[in-house]
Amino acid sequence: MNPKILCAAAILVAFAPVASRAQNPSTILIQNATILTVTHGNIEHGSILIRDGKIAAVGADLKAPEGATVIDATGQFVMPGIIDCHSHIAVDGSVNEAGPAVSSMANIADVLNPDDIDIYRDLAGGVTAANILHGSANPIGGQTVVIKLRWGKPASELPFEGALPGIKFALGENPKHSNFPTPPGVTPRYPGTRLGVEEVIRQAFIEAREYKKQWDDYNRRKSTGEQNLIPPRRDVRLDPLVEVMDGKRYVHAHCYRADEILMLIRVANEFGFKVRTFQHVLEGYKIADEIAAAGAGGSTFSDWWAYKMEAFDAIPYNAALMTERGVIASVNSDDAQEARQLNQEAAKSMKFGGLSANDALKLITLNPAIQLGIDARAGSIDVGKDADLAIYNHDPLSVYAVVQKTLIDGQVYFDRQRDIAQRSTLASEKQSLLDKEKKSAEEKKAEEKKAEENSEKQPEKKPSQKKKPPQAGNGNGNTGIVTGVAGGAR
Amino acid sequence: MKILKLSSRGAMALLLAASLTIPAWSQTTSSAYAIKGGKVFTLAGPAIENGTVVIRDGKIAAVGANITIPSDAEVIDATGLEIYPGMFDPITQIGLNEVSAVNATVDVSELGDYNPELVAATAVNPASVHIPVTRANGITEVIAAPGTTSLDLQSGGLIAGQASAFNLAGWTMDEMQINRSVAMVINWPTIQTSSFDFATFSVKEKPYADVKKEYDKSVNTLSDWLDRARHYAQAKEKGSPALYERDLKLEALVPVVEGKLPVLVIADQERDIRNAVEFCTKQNVKIILGSGAEAWKVKDLLKDKKIPVVLAPTNRLPEQEDTPYDKPYTEPSELFAAGIPFAFSSFGTAFSRRLPQYAGTAVAYGLPHDEALKAVMLNAAQIFGLADQLGTLEPGKLANIIVTNGDPLELQTQVRYLIIKGQLTSTDNKHRDLYEQYRKRPQPAH
Repeated sequence: MNPKILCAAAILVAFAPVASRAQNPSTILIQNATILTVTHGNIEHGSILIRDGKIAAVGADLKAPEGATVIDATGQFVMPGIIDCHSHIAVDGSVNEAGPAVSSMANIADVLNPDDIDIYRDLAGGVTAANILHGSANPIGGQTVVIKLRWGKPASELPFEGALPGIKFALGENPKHSNFPTPPGVTPRYPGTRLGVEEVIRQAFIEAREYKKQWDDYNRRKSTGEQNLIPPRRDVRLDPLVEVMDGKRYVHAHCYRADEILMLIRVANEFGFKVRTFQHVLEGYKIADEIAAAGAGGSTFSDWWAYKMEAFDAIPYNAALMTERGVIASVNSDDAQEARQLNQEAAKSMKFGGLSANDALKLITLNPAIQLGIDARAGSIDVGKDADLAIYNHDPLSVYAVVQKTLIDGQVYFDRQRDIAQRSTLASEKQSLLDKEKKSAEEKKAEEKKAEENSEKQPEKKPSQKKKPPQAGNGNGNTGIVTGVAGGAR
Repeated sequence: MKILKLSSRGAMALLLAASLTIPAWSQTTSSAYAIKGGKVFTLAGPAIENGTVVIRDGKIAAVGANITIPSDAEVIDATGLEIYPGMFDPITQIGLNEVSAVNATVDVSELGDYNPELVAATAVNPASVHIPVTRANGITEVIAAPGTTSLDLQSGGLIAGQASAFNLAGWTMDEMQINRSVAMVINWPTIQTSSFDFATFSVKEKPYADVKKEYDKSVNTLSDWLDRARHYAQAKEKGSPALYERDLKLEALVPVVEGKLPVLVIADQERDIRNAVEFCTKQNVKIILGSGAEAWKVKDLLKDKKIPVVLAPTNRLPEQEDTPYDKPYTEPSELFAAGIPFAFSSFGTAFSRRLPQYAGTAVAYGLPHDEALKAVMLNAAQIFGLADQLGTLEPGKLANIIVTNGDPLELQTQVRYLIIKGQLTSTDNKHRDLYEQYRKRPQPAH
């Protein structure tokens, strides 16, 4: 929704809120909270014991072990950290390799940006993990990665350990370029219809199947001890598609209309793979039975509609109706702001379609965890799972709930009180840097003026130089705003 | 006396029975109603337990605890329910924008930079499917503002045209209209050195000096338009020797320079807001600030000049990387604390129904709940000079009323009854229709 605003002034990066550098305690007890476990009901006045980043115990009568750090959450609500099944945060630059119709060689994991402030902002909205997707410019798009929002850690420590990688597919208006004009003088890229979108995907998998056959043949003969074999030539475009057919890579398919969803189910059947999630899937409610039968998940918006033709039949009952028909459904953001309010978006499925509170919570916790294959480690408050938790001051399904703390691997990565306490320090630090910058600019100016005066005093020694015009600057230091395209993926 | 009965735990079946008395997407034509038994939040005084609201000929006739129900009134039993003024979304594109990406369905931004003579009401489509979807969520009246694009990032011109206020029910715009012209929309020019170019899909940079020159030119031209309008008005009035052909653009600007029509200036950055306020003060025109992402930085100025703010969705990201993460959420409470009148707004079409969500989030971040209610029900009416007709439940006002099963700002609250212009109005809409249609789809054979 909001155009992404990037500050050109690199200086500002220094002021992004900082995660605690304090020693991270290995044993934590969160006590006296209402615990929304998602899998086994709510526990009033309950506690969660965390050891070495994992949930060690959950219950009503836990005592703090010696040396444990206690988080008193009296009157507060603890829920599993929110999992955003469709995100484009933490990406350096564009999310679209929009050149070829099949861009499976591109990998979002190669361009993770741990300094993206949206990581912190979404963390402050209770999000602990996100499916970072390539854009939707191509029928077969780039490779994708699941991350934990470990703000302050390097890019190498963002990926969710053990989570299967994915690949983005896209159907409908975006890959057929309906809504963005082809620049003048540029030949439009194939495909231009939904018919062509199917053909591109099928053609790519026909190639991938042949390629796989060559490798299988090579590996078989090699394993029998055959000598002097020449291996097939590596194709980085087809490798990820082979992984899809081998069940080693999930397909996350951007889609809107019922017909194109059914199309991809047919193509997947033809090549023997499963679509892991249909993303957006705004007409999923029309064919929920078929999606459920195909074993695919549906990851949708709460109430977005009418922003383009293929979103005109979108209804806010989508998540509830898919759930009712047996589809594992989730509500996602596709947008750094929307991610900050996913608890609110999930609650809408109670109003529209009458989901229970627990089923509504599942839309942003356990269900996306299942969709991303990380449910053994995340998505509910159960012993043995990662201590990825969000603590709210009210029931998170209420509009009045505010995140107080967010924990990942048992560490507090966001703390509202700490954030507020840091603000005045950061503001004065910024001011002193700005003053310093201003002062050095003034000094430079004065020096230049002096040098100019000197050269004017001795015109005969040096041929007089033309007066240098003042540098075009950024006015009052408040400009340099770059307006980009948000997500570019919906 | 016909009695519609629906308890707070009212089942869908009862709602269905109720809706049978209301033709789809239309209204009944009873001249009198009485809503009884509910808690009445008038927004003009304390809430009334077990209160009654009597409606006659489109207007509120009586509100109170001990009101005699007229014998000819259709009675709506609101026992266990809550009664509020309908919500008012003051900057939208409703009726002007059906499917944002399909140009044929969008009438928001005219070509050219100076179009004061254009009026939103001209092209509001009363059959837009957005209207029933929006009102079913408790929004009973809106303002459609030309040139206020939010999604496609394309400029709607500097003087974009006149915004129109209307009720979200009626067969024609003539029936729906509250006020054809409530404000002149000005998209304040920004000094922006970088912008995204859709034609080449890349960020284009321009030198500051060039951008500043363009900006100055725009402001001078705006100034020139208002000067000419003033001269035009004087010439017409006094029969001055200066000869003017009838000029629709200047004519449209006359109420602005006469101080009768406010300008709705869309601006976000601190510098732009300051410049716009300075301009309007110098020009002596009434200003309403629209969008106002950085209004929190200029509270003293806004307070001093008594400038109200219509906020773009406050569920948005902070303006800059080092802006506190919750600044957009706390901005409404800061404006309230500073004594600056403000209203929430969607600035769109499909998200108009999110209006209470924005207000509710602001409550979570410090805005008092009753002020949040005012900021979605009453304040916009005051800001746009419509408070004599709208915004509170008081005798003589237009009967735009919602009956809910709880706090209207909460995400799960349902609107049980909808009264617009004094008529019981259906909450049926495209979304519920599709839901019910596909819910009944039989299991396909495999």
